Amino acid sequence: MAVLLLAEVAGGELSVDATAKTVTAAKALGDVTILCASAGCGGAAEAAAKLDGVVKVLCADDAAYGHDLAEPVADLIVSLAGDYDHILAPATSSAKNVMPRVAALLDVMVMSDVSGVVDGDTFQRPIYAGNAIQTVKSSDNKKVLTIRTTSFDAAGQGGSAAVESIAAVANPGLSEWIEDKVAQSDRPELTSAGVVVSGGRGIGSEDGFQLIEKLADKLGGAVGASRAAVDSGYAPNDWQVGQTGKVVAPDLYIAVGISGAIQHLAGMKDSKIIVAINKDEEAPIFQVADFGLVADLFDAVPALIEEL
Amino acid sequence: MKVLVPVKRVIDYNVKVRVKADGTGVDLANVKMSMNPFDEIAVEEAIRLREAGKVAEVVVVSIGMKQSDQTLRTALAMGADRAILVVAADDVHQDIEPLAVAKILKAVVDEEKPDLVLAGKQAIDNDMNATGQMLSALLGWSQATFASDIDIDGDHATVTREVDGGLRTIKVKMPTIITVDLRLNEPRYASLPNIMKAKKKPLDQKTAADYGVDVSPRLEIISTGEPDERAAGIKVADVAELVAKLKEAGAV
Repeated sequence: MAVLLLAEVAGGELSVDATAKTVTAAKALGDVTILCASAGCGGAAEAAAKLDGVVKVLCADDAAYGHDLAEPVADLIVSLAGDYDHILAPATSSAKNVMPRVAALLDVMVMSDVSGVVDGDTFQRPIYAGNAIQTVKSSDNKKVLTIRTTSFDAAGQGGSAAVESIAAVANPGLSEWIEDKVAQSDRPELTSAGVVVSGGRGIGSEDGFQLIEKLADKLGGAVGASRAAVDSGYAPNDWQVGQTGKVVAPDLYIAVGISGAIQHLAGMKDSKIIVAINKDEEAPIFQVADFGLVADLFDAVPALIEEL
Repeated sequence: MKVLVPVKRVIDYNVKVRVKADGTGVDLANVKMSMNPFDEIAVEEAIRLREAGKVAEVVVVSIGMKQSDQTLRTALAMGADRAILVVAADDVHQDIEPLAVAKILKAVVDEEKPDLVLAGKQAIDNDMNATGQMLSALLGWSQATFASDIDIDGDHATVTREVDGGLRTIKVKMPTIITVDLRLNEPRYASLPNIMKAKKKPLDQKTAADYGVDVSPRLEIISTGEPDERAAGIKVADVAELVAKLKEAGAV
């Protein structure tokens, strides 16, 4: 069985962690060929060739692939699809943009955010924001999947796959890239941060969130918020963690003044260590917290910043 | 310009999801159902485009059970002009896969000829994040997913997309499919008079067979299980103990 893996390439460089974790999922399915599609992707292809377990690397170096536009990248993958039984990519925003398009062009269902490989046809994936895990068996002749990278260990280095340049396919010219705005903050991105500090309605005001930001900065973490805090206008929408916001799984998640509504828990309960600080000892957040502190957050958080 | 907005009836985001004991799925019987939150944002955006004079008609479409007409009425009460219900399932536990939904939507697009399809980026039940991209592929249209800002100007749309680590702006040719993300807008609540008015707005009912689409699933659901439970934690007495525990666990 042959597997085609679309590497995550950003700015011409391989996102090693996301790609290496997807390689681990792909190795269970067959011989892995990595596709690097980017403008100036030679360096990314060389880096991909070093990943353990990779048999071949295809490098499609063309300006059309420089900004992950879905239409040209999907057409490229479809042009290669005949040789492969499985087509995989890490479940990043760029692959989630392109892989369902690939699947529809091949007239197969996509399986998104796969968290487990049972066999070549059967996969596990979270539904309802991780509140249930579904095992599905595909009857399609080709399987198109995105891989939830937090569920797999990264493949090691030490491979020496051959790199082959391939030609671009015709660009349908339906879209063009204008600009990227990388988040202005010095803080890490919410969905990939190792530490997330989130505030809830208990913070009480927009100014109160400065306390959350201070704690996050102390820990080198990202700032999150519950939907209640966002709806109350204390925090911007892009900080929202939960079923209707972002799903995070950091090593350390600190929930401050968050009661623990179901929709919030759905977005953070896969975190490795959860800390809850809340003055209401009955708050449901304590049921998922490894360490719970019943205290007034306006006393506890400054003390915590002090102690760390 | 005409906008088509697909909406899905899903379990309300405030309801605790319960996995059925026999492992066949999630229990949806007698559970509060609502419009998928991302679809609400898409409906809101379409109505705002009409209010801004850029759009003449907002048509909403839902594919699923007969009861999805309630979700369509909600969209009509928000301000959509007209609704199409495509009955494709007779059991709430039968989720129509995004590929089949995209095929039905393609047939609706062929009939309605909208200039723009505005869809939620994903449904909060199956979390597949696929229907918009699949519809775009089937139509051969451009796509702009995870939109947080949309500017339509003649034969192009400029769309700012939420991507990992920031924002990316692209320009797409019309007609196009845009899937919307959380930051795009805050959906309005339907007022009581508008809820009453919505009852009189046109709602056409069709079936998947009317469009000649086979909705048989490609993915057989083998089992649905609970995620691993978290081990019960402990309460700490004070900040000092919390810091000690975090250090012990290697978390700080």
